[in-house]
Amino acid sequence: MTQAFRVENVGLINRDKKLSFKFNGKKYFGYEGDTLASALLANGVHLVGRSFKYHRPRGFFGAGVDEPYAVVQLYRNGETEPNIKATEQELFEGLEAKSVNCWPSVNFDVGAINNFLKIFLPAGFYYKTFMWPKSFWFRIYEPFIRKAAGLGVASTKHDKERYEHKYEYCDLLIAGSGPSGLASAYAAAKNGAKVILAEDKPRFGGSLLTSDVNIGNQSGKDWAEGIIAELKTMPNVVVKNRSQIFGYYDHNMLVMSEKVSDHLPATKKYHPNKRLWYIRAKEVLISSGSIERPIVFGNNDTPGVMLSSAAKEYLKVYGVLVGRKPLVFTNNDSGYETAIEFKKHGVDPIILDTRKNPKSEIIDEAKNLGINIKNSYVVVAANGYKKVKSAHIASISEDKKQLGEIENLQCDCICVSGFWTPTIHLASQSGNKTKFKEEIDAFVPGQSKQNETTLGAANGVFSLEETLKTSFSVGSELSKKLTENDNEIAIPNVVEKKSSQHDKFWCVPLPKGKHYKRFLDFQNDVAVSDVEIALREGYRSIEHVKRYTTLGMATDQGKTSNLNGLQLVSEIENKVVPAVGHTTFRPPYTPVSIGAIVGREIGKHSKPTRKSPMHDWHEKNNAVFVDAGVWLRPRYYKRGNENLFEASKREAKNVRSNVGVCDVTTLGKIDIKGPDAAELLNRVYTNAWLKLPVGKARYGLMLREDGIVMDDGTTTRIFENHYHMTTTTAQAANVLSHLEYYLQLVWPELNVNVVSTTEQWAGAAIAGPKSRDLLQKLFPSSDVSNEGLPFMGYIEGDLFGVKARIFRISFSGELAYEVNVESDYGNFMWEKIMQVGEEFKIQPYGTEALSTLRIEMGHVAGSELDGRTIPYDNALDGLVSKKKDFIGKRSLQRSAFTAEDRQRIVGVVPLDKKTSIPEGSHLVKDDKAQLPNPKLGHISASCWSVEYDNPFSLAILKDGKNMIGKKLFAMSPLKNKVIPVEIVSSHYVDPKGERVRS
Amino acid sequence: MLYINCPHCGMRSQNEFSYGGDASVKRPELNKEVSDQEWDNFVYNRKSLRGKHLELWQHISGCRQWIKVERDTATHEIFRTFKADEEVA
Ligand SMILES: [Zn+2]
Repeated sequence: MTQAFRVENVGLINRDKKLSFKFNGKKYFGYEGDTLASALLANGVHLVGRSFKYHRPRGFFGAGVDEPYAVVQLYRNGETEPNIKATEQELFEGLEAKSVNCWPSVNFDVGAINNFLKIFLPAGFYYKTFMWPKSFWFRIYEPFIRKAAGLGVASTKHDKERYEHKYEYCDLLIAGSGPSGLASAYAAAKNGAKVILAEDKPRFGGSLLTSDVNIGNQSGKDWAEGIIAELKTMPNVVVKNRSQIFGYYDHNMLVMSEKVSDHLPATKKYHPNKRLWYIRAKEVLISSGSIERPIVFGNNDTPGVMLSSAAKEYLKVYGVLVGRKPLVFTNNDSGYETAIEFKKHGVDPIILDTRKNPKSEIIDEAKNLGINIKNSYVVVAANGYKKVKSAHIASISEDKKQLGEIENLQCDCICVSGFWTPTIHLASQSGNKTKFKEEIDAFVPGQSKQNETTLGAANGVFSLEETLKTSFSVGSELSKKLTENDNEIAIPNVVEKKSSQHDKFWCVPLPKGKHYKRFLDFQNDVAVSDVEIALREGYRSIEHVKRYTTLGMATDQGKTSNLNGLQLVSEIENKVVPAVGHTTFRPPYTPVSIGAIVGREIGKHSKPTRKSPMHDWHEKNNAVFVDAGVWLRPRYYKRGNENLFEASKREAKNVRSNVGVCDVTTLGKIDIKGPDAAELLNRVYTNAWLKLPVGKARYGLMLREDGIVMDDGTTTRIFENHYHMTTTTAQAANVLSHLEYYLQLVWPELNVNVVSTTEQWAGAAIAGPKSRDLLQKLFPSSDVSNEGLPFMGYIEGDLFGVKARIFRISFSGELAYEVNVESDYGNFMWEKIMQVGEEFKIQPYGTEALSTLRIEMGHVAGSELDGRTIPYDNALDGLVSKKKDFIGKRSLQRSAFTAEDRQRIVGVVPLDKKTSIPEGSHLVKDDKAQLPNPKLGHISASCWSVEYDNPFSLAILKDGKNMIGKKLFAMSPLKNKVIPVEIVSSHYVDPKGERVRS
Repeated sequence: MLYINCPHCGMRSQNEFSYGGDASVKRPELNKEVSDQEWDNFVYNRKSLRGKHLELWQHISGCRQWIKVERDTATHEIFRTFKADEEVA
């Protein structure tokens, strides 16, 4: 069977290009220009999936974004994507798709038992049932629900596709290329405005592609093509198809997802799969059209029941008949247009019109064509399980309450039209308080919230003539305001058939003794009875009804269900619809690929990677790197089969016995200049700074206003009014903002300038007893003796022709120096140090050895300065000036901060001198105490002391001052360890600090 | 994403800025006696108000200036922006 439902010579598809594709493993053919839905329908396939809750067979209901349930799992080029609407997916050669929501197969589905047990699955069923007993959730309910429900399966593989983000600014952003979008875009473009026109479908023109109208003596479709062709030639216009504007955010920022490659078998080289546009528009025109509304009747979810506009689109755009014995069920003239198209292509439809005696040009045309029309008639229920076989129909009384005798009418599809619902999602997302328009029983945008204007059908205007007139003039006026051009546009004459008033009827009553399911929300399986239950159980607010029943939720966002749901609530509650109000429309309007949202920010692209100028050297010398913020730092340099522990021990030992060199480029550096520089330092640091001489460095401690330590580091007076501040790697950016905050806002009278120079300097720390000998050889013309360059001294030196800054500062506790040169000379410096250092047995050391050295010296770092500690806690209270005021000083008087038993840093050694204590372990008095065992402190950092060759840790311990010599337990439930420990001084090595001064 | 008019650079997207909290808070002068209550009000106590709010932002990926922004916390409408040293009338 090949495309038995395709009609000759109709549609916009390319019949010269036949494409093969697979659905649920079976091979079919379609044409270029088809969607997966139109191609399947051309082959007579109506069964595409199972419904979410009851697993009822589901077919196609719409022909585009309005589709609530024809969702498939797509396979393309070795990738898979769930949640794809078959009505939006364009066909390509080799496409493969599978049904979702069915297990084991679409034709036999275990979950369909739910359908026969539906009496047990009413609204709120999940809330009520699966809550108890609790232990059942993980073992029984959840796995079953997971297997039985869902809208497809996400791939667990790495997505090879590329996604891009783009930022764009424009005068007018126009959402939708139907008549209102085209007219307003054209008028604005002619005035020279920068215009972006976005269309979610592959073809431009919106309703003009399927409506029988004339504009300027051409068919609507030809007129649309002409306008688009002209817009495309204009340099100030961007025209995008396959592009859905799905979100309207603050300050006229809209986000659009452009499908660049989804219609192709594989993404072209260097092309993205999708492109996400962040568009800031001065004016936004919403011309998103309207979606046909269903009429609710029994079994209205049977495959073969669909919107009449969809049936018309399948025929006029794709040349596909959705049935050969169509029944059109309508409450307005739109159903007639569909019936007329069927008739023109040799198919005899029957129209059931709920109205008694409607009169209009369209109806006359249908009558003249000899179409069978039954007035005051309704479909009571569709018959057939996997496809419509017939319909129970009946006449209906004038008050729409009494059904006549039920008749069975043979048909193979039921095309429904319950009038039109304007697509107001974007306006609502903008913050527009929508209003209810009685004449069309629907909400339309009210007062604009941001710079948005809604046009045409989206604004509830269904006359083409009026739409074009308004849209040309709005496009013209808005662009005139922005460009001051005023080019007059001749508005073309319009020929359209006038419609008659629709019938407000929306739900067919149940015949006596029948309990058909009448669905409101097709995606979420919400039936009339579910909403009735919710209201009976006391849910009143429409927002609560939505959550309890799931009406209007998920990816569909109530496109076809929203208004009928409101009608029902208003009827039961005896309120008018506007009093019920509608639920909030949330972005995205349609599902957006996670890949598109993430864009290029994946893996190493998720944040910048910063490397020091010596990075290549480290790499060549077997450095194993570690992430330090956004920096990559050598953790250790691997020799042979060494592991982290062995290598770091070797490196640390070599610092203690010979000399080591460590790349410290990553330290934050801030250049501070100005006559008030010393005063600024004096206010931001806890210690005194006014008397620091030129050529001297000082260690400083910075607090936040709440008294908590913010950062530490050394600052050096380079020249009279010139200081060089260093910060920790992690806090570099925050400290700069902190200084700028005080200089710009709090003390603008201070004449100081601060600028980050982190990247301008490469830094090498040279540490160990032989570091001075090495330094002397590096700087033969400088006096680096203990007198010439004392502890905390600073000189400038000449490193083989390169200007260098030499600081005598130490983090390792050894005699140590830091040499800085301009970044471009970083590698030169490093190589010279290694080369000259050879005779002193120099070795590079990484962050692990660095940690070991500072921990056993009791120097605090990030793990102690963790945003919870004050100077006292870190045994840095000696640095807190009693005389002067500084940032955060007043907070240190708080009673908790001055408590006698305040926490304080201590050293911790395991009693067996063998067992390393896991970082994060809690210190407790009694390891057998009842839980929760009172915590006295925690282990902040652990190392293997190279000085004593046993484990050593630092801890922040309650009343730490009086705990030295006490025995406690370090407990780590995570590592399942209980370790008896002794509390010692945090200064485990060289407690008097003699080495750094030697 | 908000669109903020930096008084130094012009209209820029929010992702160039970082938020700095209530701009009406005044730091007590240095070396002045401050009561516990006064200090707590400065460090901790903030009104989480709905409506017009004068707040600080730093144009961190631009001119690095701290600016004052008058914004409605409920609607995100931005009424005016000021330089750090500009008086807000
Ligand atoms: Zn700026």
